[in-house]
Amino acid sequence: MYKLTFFVVAFLMLTSCGDKTKTTDDFSKDTAAPTDGSATSTTDAATYDPNRGIGKHTSVDLGAKLDVAMAAEGEKIQSVKCSSCHKLTDEKLVGPGWKGVTTRQKPEWIMNFITNPDPMIDKDPELQAQLELCLVRMPNQALSDTDARNLLEFMRKNDGVK
Amino acid sequence: MKNIFVKTSIAVVFASVFFGSCRPKDTADAVSGDAAQKVYVAPGKYDEFYNFVSGGFSGQMSVYALPSARLLRVVPIFSVDPQSGYGYSEESKPMLNTSHGFVPWDDQHHLDMSQTNGEVDGRWIFANANNTPRIARVDLKTFKTVEIIELPNSAGNHSSPFITENTEYVVAGTRFSVPPDNSNGDVPINTYKENFKGYLSFVKVGKEGQMDIAFQIETPGVNWDLSHAGKGKSHGWFFFSCYNTEQANTLLEVNASQKDKDFIMAVNWKKAEEYIKAGKGKKIAAKYVHNTWDEKTHSAKSEMRNEVLVLDSKALKDICYMIPCPKSPHGCDVDPTGEFIVGSGKLAALIPVFSFDKMVKAIANKQFDGNYDGIPVIKYEAALHGEVKKPGLGPLHTEFDGRGNAYTTFFVSSEVVKWDIKTLKILDRHPTYYSPGHLMIPGGDSRKPFGKYMVVYNKITKDRYLPTGPELAQSAQLFDISGDKMKLLLDYPTIGEPHYAQAAPADLIRNNGQLKFYKIEENHNPFVTKGEKEAKVVRKGNRIDVYMTSIRSHFASDNIEGIKVGDEVYFHVTNLEQDWDVPHGFAIKGADNAELLIMPGETATLKWLPKKVGIYPFYCTDFCSALHQEMQGYVRVSPVGSTVPLTFSLGTNMPAK
Repeated sequence: MYKLTFFVVAFLMLTSCGDKTKTTDDFSKDTAAPTDGSATSTTDAATYDPNRGIGKHTSVDLGAKLDVAMAAEGEKIQSVKCSSCHKLTDEKLVGPGWKGVTTRQKPEWIMNFITNPDPMIDKDPELQAQLELCLVRMPNQALSDTDARNLLEFMRKNDGVK
Repeated sequence: MKNIFVKTSIAVVFASVFFGSCRPKDTADAVSGDAAQKVYVAPGKYDEFYNFVSGGFSGQMSVYALPSARLLRVVPIFSVDPQSGYGYSEESKPMLNTSHGFVPWDDQHHLDMSQTNGEVDGRWIFANANNTPRIARVDLKTFKTVEIIELPNSAGNHSSPFITENTEYVVAGTRFSVPPDNSNGDVPINTYKENFKGYLSFVKVGKEGQMDIAFQIETPGVNWDLSHAGKGKSHGWFFFSCYNTEQANTLLEVNASQKDKDFIMAVNWKKAEEYIKAGKGKKIAAKYVHNTWDEKTHSAKSEMRNEVLVLDSKALKDICYMIPCPKSPHGCDVDPTGEFIVGSGKLAALIPVFSFDKMVKAIANKQFDGNYDGIPVIKYEAALHGEVKKPGLGPLHTEFDGRGNAYTTFFVSSEVVKWDIKTLKILDRHPTYYSPGHLMIPGGDSRKPFGKYMVVYNKITKDRYLPTGPELAQSAQLFDISGDKMKLLLDYPTIGEPHYAQAAPADLIRNNGQLKFYKIEENHNPFVTKGEKEAKVVRKGNRIDVYMTSIRSHFASDNIEGIKVGDEVYFHVTNLEQDWDVPHGFAIKGADNAELLIMPGETATLKWLPKKVGIYPFYCTDFCSALHQEMQGYVRVSPVGSTVPLTFSLGTNMPAK
């Protein structure tokens, strides 16, 4: 009970100089919905799934054959948003070359990484190792889900899927 | 339970005692004990308010956060800004075009935020240019100047850019009356009374914010000083203060201080609209520019306008009425209800408060005291609600807290005074350091003030901070006005010379759809390079267009040869990044120009005139990644007549021998 009194007195002392309206916390970041995924990941190392990565893509259905139209769309996006840093061979430019990526990584992992790079770079052991080599964090290039799927199809084409 | 009640009561008594003890005993320097806590915003936390502050002779607008007073940004408006390339890049140059050609500087005095139903709405903020009369609009999604309109027949656009309660109009006025633009201006200066006129401009604001001069009102030559729109019941009226009704053209300090009273002019703009509909306006020739920024092409264009619609205040009755106001009035402020109009005579020792209802009645009953150059003068007492007696010396500006109180700054006696609008009783006074001009309460000139904080902008700083030679920053002072007494919380330096300011709750601005980057797919700049495959260098005569991209962390192309002395080189740099907060810079050695600072997805162009043979490095100026220091390239400049072929490349080193 005495404890309660102490708190009430302390509270009133703090606010007794006329501050009767909102405190600064009302406009703090906590009140806002996160606007991007960069700083809000709650996944820790123990629960991180290195096959899937972090992001909304849980399962990606790949056709047995290549979707030529999708791959063509993907190629257009690649030339604007990706080609500055990635070659289509296995040669490193700024980042690693794309050759063989679809055989090394699961499609879900690729889709999640290209749409949500920052949280994955912070968690994924392979990406951490890659960062030590490249020293440039892959930028978020604001790909839509459709963009990302088309790019994946183009990566498959690049890896020889017919 | 009873026990809790008793103990709480004891606590309340305790608190009251503490409340009393918080009052500064010596108002000269007392800051209450919890001031630090009230302005502390922890690292990573946001402030409560955005505060937009005019930059005065810097020509720009600074954006502070309150209550911490952290400086968030300086937005270039009327002056060139080498750090962003504003006024230096080919795309932005047209923004600063005027009928006098390219003007790189102005004096930015007042800001007014857009309103809906008399409440600040966080869409745009308007800014005036005093020297070469203009009004600018800044989009608060991008914090970028997107439109500037010039004002013909005007000089010294001071009573601007105040807006009506639904942002129907933004106004401008002539502080330095001059002969109209289409008349012969080559007249003796001492023919002021005969040849000089004052013009008030009403600029229509469209749904998307676009500005267009709807009409101007021609008035006798006086100094139009400040203004504010009616609101609520007085919506449809605008109030402009003026001095130099003596119509002096020299030594105004003495000659414009002769009369006991000058005027606040009430303008019935709804009536003016009726006259225009009835065809009573006159189109006169006038040259003025309208500059607009296009967010799709990332470019500005400047268009010349050739005529303006003018109404004659003398000939057209019932538009304009003069209200006598003591001693060269300056501030002209309307309270949140729209009923009271506060005039502040710079040389007065009282504050007259006029009543809108009484003014309307006086007009209906023709309680006039003659006319001023054809404009009816309402009897002072007939429009007067009352006078605040002995408030201080040299009242300048008044803001409102929405609880029936007004706050007025006093330049001469260096203080801010709180008074009750209805009873006109003085409630509190607090010294300021030193000699305040404007003051600002968030929403304080709207129908809905947020009466928690007040910032006073002082003209003189003297000993408030560590000295920095003869030139000192102007000082701002933050007060807590939520209680009965004003409490000084914080002093801080400012950019340029702040005049008027605006503020809005942080959520209103940050949730208005803030732009984080430009979508590369929607970039329609005619010189955009969408991907490194499209990077190229094109020669047409002596014009060279370099289509260049930037991404962390290289340019494409980064080796360019075949440029010759005398060429005109345009670097069109497209930032291919598509993420927030990743601008790239571009600068090249020896350029008699600034840098470019290119936002993600944007294209900007730097013009370069190579004058000497040699190798010229260019590089990224904005630290962008761990390999930022590697983000560079070279241009080879050869002599006139050289046969070095035009080549451009990226990643091609000299072949091994």
